[in-house]
Amino acid sequence: MKLKSIFFAGLTGLMFTSGCANVKPWERGTLTDYTMRGDLSPIQAGQVQHIYFSREEATGGSGVGGGGCGCN
Amino acid sequence: MNTFLIKKLAVSALFAGNIANTQAALNVGDPLPDLSSYKLEGSLPDSLKGKVVVLDFWASWCGPCAESFPVMDALQKKYQDQGLVILAVSVDEKAAKMDAFMKNHPVAFTVVRDAEHKLVATAEPETMPTSLLIDREGKVRYLHNGFHGSATQKEYVEQIESLLKATP
Repeated sequence: MKLKSIFFAGLTGLMFTSGCANVKPWERGTLTDYTMRGDLSPIQAGQVQHIYFSREEATGGSGVGGGGCGCN
Repeated sequence: MNTFLIKKLAVSALFAGNIANTQAALNVGDPLPDLSSYKLEGSLPDSLKGKVVVLDFWASWCGPCAESFPVMDALQKKYQDQGLVILAVSVDEKAAKMDAFMKNHPVAFTVVRDAEHKLVATAEPETMPTSLLIDREGKVRYLHNGFHGSATQKEYVEQIESLLKATP
């Protein structure tokens, strides 16, 4: 019984992870595109920050720059 | 015991995909494959036999690659008479992006494009840019992951000079 549950837990884990795709370092051209930036629109970014600040009492921590280049 | 083994197997299976990607396929000591069989866009140098080759994988979207171009251009100009050939392989999916980059970064060394990603899939570089230094006998002798400014430049000079000194 215990073995069965472990087996199914492992199988479920595999099912969830099989959807992950490994993007190779040389395939990141699209991810680094300007349009993929989270802060593409300053107005929208401001609104999102306002929501975090006013509804979740959280501010800051969103200043990570760069895209998905993963260079160097 | 069995339970432990199953748990271990399950965890191994979950991480197997990531473990497989931790090492470049083309490593130090490996021979450089025949580049003419990879359908690279652009013209390759006539012969690489007996030359010291820097094979550099780069992309127009990669910041450190742009930083490395003037350095490699200077190296090419300085050492080409002694037998250095720098071959930059672009992995850009669109030729137009590579062309636009080349307009802003004109260089004296050879630049080709691996449009089908065949060569880069063989070499499997861990990051962009990655350069391989190949000796006069056609063997990979040094591997550079990324470009770290003057530190990488210094290593390039030392390693290229030592490879150029060696007779084929």
